[in-house]
Amino acid sequence: MNKPLRFILQFLNYSLFMALVWYFSISPVYHQLDEDQAMITFTLGHVGKHVTPCVKTSQEELLKLPPNMRKPMSCTRERSPIVMKIQLDDMVIFEKVGLPKGLYKDQGIDVYQNIRVPAGSHRLLAWLNDDVNVEGPIYKYEQDITLKPEQHLVIEFQSDAHKFTIY
Amino acid sequence: MSFINPVKRGYLALETWFNISFGNVWNPLYNLGTLTFFFFWVVLVSGLYLFIFFDTSLTGAYASVEYMTHDQWYAGGVMRSLHRYASDAAVITIILHMFREFALDRYRGFRWFSWFTGVPTLWFVITLGITGYWLVWDELALYVAIQSSQLMDALPLIPASMTRNFLASQINDRFFTLMAFLHLLGQPVILFFALWIHVKRLSDVSILPPRGLAVGSFIALLVLSLLEPAVSHDIADTQSTPAMLNLDWFYLNIYPLLDYWTAGYVWVLTLGITVFLMMMPWLPKKKMGPAAEVHLDECNGCEQCAKDCPFDAITVQKRTDGARWETEVVVQESLCAACGICVGSCHSSNPFRHSQQDLVTGIDMPQSPINDIRNQTETALSKLQGENKIIVFGCDNAIDFSDLKSPNIAVVSFFCVGMIPPTLVEYALKKGADGVFVTGCRTGDCYFRHGNKWLDERFATKRQPILRKRADRARINIFRAAETDCKQLKRELDQFQHHLTQLKQNETAGVSGVSDE
Repeated sequence: MNKPLRFILQFLNYSLFMALVWYFSISPVYHQLDEDQAMITFTLGHVGKHVTPCVKTSQEELLKLPPNMRKPMSCTRERSPIVMKIQLDDMVIFEKVGLPKGLYKDQGIDVYQNIRVPAGSHRLLAWLNDDVNVEGPIYKYEQDITLKPEQHLVIEFQSDAHKFTIY
Repeated sequence: MSFINPVKRGYLALETWFNISFGNVWNPLYNLGTLTFFFFWVVLVSGLYLFIFFDTSLTGAYASVEYMTHDQWYAGGVMRSLHRYASDAAVITIILHMFREFALDRYRGFRWFSWFTGVPTLWFVITLGITGYWLVWDELALYVAIQSSQLMDALPLIPASMTRNFLASQINDRFFTLMAFLHLLGQPVILFFALWIHVKRLSDVSILPPRGLAVGSFIALLVLSLLEPAVSHDIADTQSTPAMLNLDWFYLNIYPLLDYWTAGYVWVLTLGITVFLMMMPWLPKKKMGPAAEVHLDECNGCEQCAKDCPFDAITVQKRTDGARWETEVVVQESLCAACGICVGSCHSSNPFRHSQQDLVTGIDMPQSPINDIRNQTETALSKLQGENKIIVFGCDNAIDFSDLKSPNIAVVSFFCVGMIPPTLVEYALKKGADGVFVTGCRTGDCYFRHGNKWLDERFATKRQPILRKRADRARINIFRAAETDCKQLKRELDQFQHHLTQLKQNETAGVSGVSDE
């Protein structure tokens, strides 16, 4: 084959290859949200209450134990499941029962959940129960919010402060 | 003509197109491995430049990338674009490389190791690309960081949540130090070792494509970098979620799945595909012929077979049989591809030896010993009739040449053209053949990697054992063809017959000096 024709064919092949590289390096555009949507993220890192309430260890019992094992409270290991619910206006947008992790169900859970919601004004209700011995919400948060399109609102249950925070 | 599956037929059509456009030496499909290496070199060099200006801090990372992209567009910007586009191009060449090996059934049997180790290598490349996107610290980086962390959280490896590190006020400079270490040192080192393992069972591994192809690819990358420079999204902001993202689908293709599936399902899909791909060489397993055998009585330890073996299956050791030679060769059975190239390399495969008794060579294929090949050649030649008696020496892994058989044409098959001892060609001419027609895989595409190359070098007297000068080159024709090139093969053979007729006429007329084709 003559050189000029081969050169043209190579040019076409390189162009096609680079067009492929360029196109898929940025396209097709991924629509993470609709234009009138916002994102709510609910997150927590929390350990539920003990399933069996801890009891105070008596002085006699403490004395029977080696010094390094003397704890004022005696607790079983198993923790309560954590029941979570997020409601926007009258609609439940997230609901989950987080079971404690670990072989002895003695560890906490982590949650990071993205929820797409319509932008605009809403009544936000978040509640959580981390004690199997108590019915209904133990921690509750309620507030009117206004979400702009593409806004990211985080609802975090702060484990150390035992309260919901939004930011 | 034997049946050719549609995938292979499609691939060969593509290969033909590239042969027309680039020629066999520069054909990108014959150089996919080296082309991938070349793109890695571009990524490495451009990456080193970017690192000089990159600020590994929360507030500085994005600003430094923006500085390179816009204020220093002529150098940093071009380097950034080269870095991205070469990375993307590498993914395409890797996928084409896999497709090629699959289409040509070059992933099973003795090739299982390269395939098996190649699949995880692809994931190392992908993860390296992913961490690269984190470093820019734009909206895309935040998205990739969160989605990647959600995937990591689904694995029972890290006790605490990784995703929660990306909440506002949780991210700090330490994160960038870690990511920079991973992307700039940790992952490249792992990738380097993975690539080393991937080619471990090959000899004469090249890590650079032909110069023309390298130059062409680089110019193409450079032009793309100047026309469409790589740019960032807006700076990462935990307070907003961009509606639209320009994902790099070569690297970030699984992330959108996380918006529809749980991370567990995405892992099942990803690992499922990975395990399936890795297991493909055994689905089903390819039947392999027995490995080459060394006959020490005929081996003088010249080591030519060890030099020629394309799969490093032959090693040299100190002589064990007390013979006067210093060394002997040993075949590693597990590495042997049963290509027979070593038989072609062995000086003892000379069919002129032991003409009255069985021919035994220094290294031989038990399923097709050189003695049988000599007998086949002799028998075939004795049956030829008519003018232009031609013997075709062909490769089993290229075009099906059995159809060429006719009263004046005989065929003898080899595992690879590299298995043909040059002296056998001379022998055939001496024993009555008017011409020898050798056909093997397309140039640049030898099924056993080096068979074509060694044959050419031996015939050109550049590699031992040589085709002696006394062998009449005008009566030898080499034609390379793939399975779909039947018409071209027949046409070439017709031309060769015509050439032999002319040669005969010229000889009868006393004219000499017919040139080689």
